[in-house]
Amino acid sequence: MTPWVEFVVAALIVIGTVFALVGSIGLVKLPDVMTRLHSPTKATTLGVGALLVASIISFYHWKGKLAINELLITLFLFLTAPVAAQFLARAYLHLHCDSAGDLPATNRPCQWSTFQCACPPDAEDGSAAKP
Amino acid sequence: MIAIVIPIGFAGLSLALLLNMIRLVRGPTAVDRILAADTMVINTIALIILYGISQKTTAYFESALLFAMFGFTSTVAYCRFLIRGDIIE
Repeated sequence: MTPWVEFVVAALIVIGTVFALVGSIGLVKLPDVMTRLHSPTKATTLGVGALLVASIISFYHWKGKLAINELLITLFLFLTAPVAAQFLARAYLHLHCDSAGDLPATNRPCQWSTFQCACPPDAEDGSAAKP
Repeated sequence: MIAIVIPIGFAGLSLALLLNMIRLVRGPTAVDRILAADTMVINTIALIILYGISQKTTAYFESALLFAMFGFTSTVAYCRFLIRGDIIE
């Protein structure tokens, strides 16, 4: 392994560790659930991504072939982290927020789409729904 | 250089897991606890990958992929259970 490749792999490992640690510190220190949702889903995912890039580069130089498993893990993590965060935010909204009082107003007749079962079906589009 | 960096990585990721455990125990709402468990799964994936780099073997990547899948599925299942009171309707 040449010194340049070793330096890049070491730097990526340090960057990934620092980002994962920052995400976990934010999970402990931030004051609110909705702000706490940001740090693990963004910083920690980026840290794991940096570690996976380090793994791809090092195994390409040790074994001489590109491993597809790390690419699969990277793709899966980067696809599923926003979906999991959105599910968590929806769970928090439905459990702890009042749909009328706590949330900022939207400019639609049907206010927040996650609470949409509470409003009539033809109020979705305002004028366009009427014949 | 990698031999110096890998223990630093193990220490940092273990500290991150401990911080997640603090939030998992202390979290005021159930959403906090689900979020802490999800973050623990992601940090565990990072630990498995770092262990694979340190041992120079690719045998652990399947387990990392399984961890990622089960972590996502359990997070979505917990959230659906909180919202609906049921997982499969």
